[in-house]
Amino acid sequence: MSAPTPPRTGAPRSGDSIAATPAGALDVDVHVEAGSFALGARLVVEPGDVLAVLGPNGSGKSTLLGTIAGHVVPSHGHVRLGARALTDLPADDGADGRRRIALPPADRCVGLLGQHALVFPHLSARENIAFGPRARGVPARTARAAADDWLARVGLDGLGDRRPSELSGGQQQRVALARTLAAEPDVLLLDEPFAALDVEAAASMRRLVADELARLEAPAVLVTHDPLDAIVLARRAAILHDGAIVDEGPTGEVLGHPRTPFIAALAGVNLVTGVAATADRIVADGLELRGVGALRPGSPASAVFSPAAVHVAPEASVDLTEPNRWLGTVALVEPAPGGVRIHVAEHPSLAADVPSSQAVALDLGTGSRLAFAVAEADVSLRAER
Amino acid sequence: MTPAAASRPVTPPARREAHRVTVGFPLWLYAPAAVGAGVLVLPFAALFARLDWPGVPAAITSPEALQALGLSLATASIATIACVVLGVPLALVIARSGPAVAAVLRTLTTLPLVLPPLVGGIALLSLLGRQGLFGDALAVLGLRIPFTTTAVVIAQTFVALPFLVISVEGSLRTAGTRYELVAAGLGASPFTVFRRITLPLVAPGLVAGVVLCFARALGEFGATALFAGNAAGTTRTMPLAIYTAFNGAGVAEDTAIALSLMLILVAIGVLLLMRGWRADAPR
Repeated sequence: MSAPTPPRTGAPRSGDSIAATPAGALDVDVHVEAGSFALGARLVVEPGDVLAVLGPNGSGKSTLLGTIAGHVVPSHGHVRLGARALTDLPADDGADGRRRIALPPADRCVGLLGQHALVFPHLSARENIAFGPRARGVPARTARAAADDWLARVGLDGLGDRRPSELSGGQQQRVALARTLAAEPDVLLLDEPFAALDVEAAASMRRLVADELARLEAPAVLVTHDPLDAIVLARRAAILHDGAIVDEGPTGEVLGHPRTPFIAALAGVNLVTGVAATADRIVADGLELRGVGALRPGSPASAVFSPAAVHVAPEASVDLTEPNRWLGTVALVEPAPGGVRIHVAEHPSLAADVPSSQAVALDLGTGSRLAFAVAEADVSLRAER
Repeated sequence: MTPAAASRPVTPPARREAHRVTVGFPLWLYAPAAVGAGVLVLPFAALFARLDWPGVPAAITSPEALQALGLSLATASIATIACVVLGVPLALVIARSGPAVAAVLRTLTTLPLVLPPLVGGIALLSLLGRQGLFGDALAVLGLRIPFTTTAVVIAQTFVALPFLVISVEGSLRTAGTRYELVAAGLGASPFTVFRRITLPLVAPGLVAGVVLCFARALGEFGATALFAGNAAGTTRTMPLAIYTAFNGAGVAEDTAIALSLMLILVAIGVLLLMRGWRADAPR
């Protein structure tokens, strides 16, 4: 399933609020052509649902959000919120008499929180948050009182008089989140909202965003290159690659058992595609992997396991007649959280993570031979069509 | 602490502040630097030295001097307001135009800055003089502009406007449009974005522009002399009064020097005002 798949709107799960919000679902089908870059994406996000759009830099994630926020006018396509059209540019240039619509950002009611907080530097935290409501005609006093409630809600109680220059990066991003939500958007867009924060601030900001997304009744789209964001914040995930959505579905399925090497690399897992030998064993380019699953012998199948689940040992210490073992020549060593990641020449797509404490005992020089093993319980098997 | 260290007599070393090393420059550069400073400062020192101090109070409180000062302050203030009203929108248009249009507009805007003001005066006469392009139309309306106080204000606006436009346009470019896009995304109308985001963000540049603009209008001589003339009470501003006193029959040169002192004091006052504003400005 590498071709763009039709979005699955999905019935509300148990626990979802079925009460329809006035704004309704976000329905996007846009085509952007600009020079050599082309983006074509369809997605539907139900009210209260969060869709994570994952992709590397340059895949078109921010352009996609731009078409929803109104910063980018697509070549053709539509952006709808329930029955309301924010953008409607027919490919046949209005030959059917449809009015061409491309609302300016101010008339869309779309909230966008980007990587940079962009808190207005000349306004206090309180005035920043009150800006949206005041722009829509809420009396200043009411808007400021609401802003103080927001400050408390995002953990900045008592900092309302601070100027942005007196706040940390994490605090500024909290003000930006409160400012976006205080404007009561019909859609919430999050564009790498943790990318510019240090590890600690990103973790607490992620927790805050998770809380707010859980309360949100509007549809939300989260753009990220970090699978962690998708896993923590979004029930559904779409993979954007070179301007096209190549996979879409529940986050656990999309990232837990990637369909292509590209998504596997993005999700940071090892993917081996081959043929099922038995119900719990596949064979693929010289590897024999036993794992958890129920396969039909003789049919295409794939195995997925984490680089961290791979055990690495000196060459001599392993009995290669057992499954789930292989030998390799070190081709590339790169840093990984808490240790190093090893790539071998024989299986370039398989990575193995070794903790620093263990890595110092191994010979990791390029060209040295090592033995690799992965436990059966750590390998997930799936039949492929 | 080791026993050896403990047994040593306790004489704390002189505390020395740690400091960063900067790359030096050739010492002989101090010589042209000193000459440069001298070129700027010595003329003023000489002016103060030559000043006939006992005569100063009489010279600067004479009706002619006060009249010229009042006219200068009034016309320069009106011209500065005109520059703000016309210059901020012009700067906004230039800053938001494409590179080609912006380059043309910027060149046209800076022209009065690099031209001798006398040329500006002749140009204004060509446009608004009796024989000028709009001369007949103005005559029909019963308006006569040259050699009036209005002409003084127009001449000052003409020479001062580029300072404001350049200063504000630079600030607009530095501020960029990112904050404006955020504000629009929060539902703000273009006017609200302009009033609550664009203008406050360029405020430092606007203040600098206003000060430069006012100073330039206050000192304007060439265009005023040609376009507005030198009539006491209606067009004789401070610079023209100084010129008249300096060249005038029977009037002492000391009066011109005393009037110059007044202009210097006003200029220093304006600069101090700007510094004070910027010191406690936000961010």
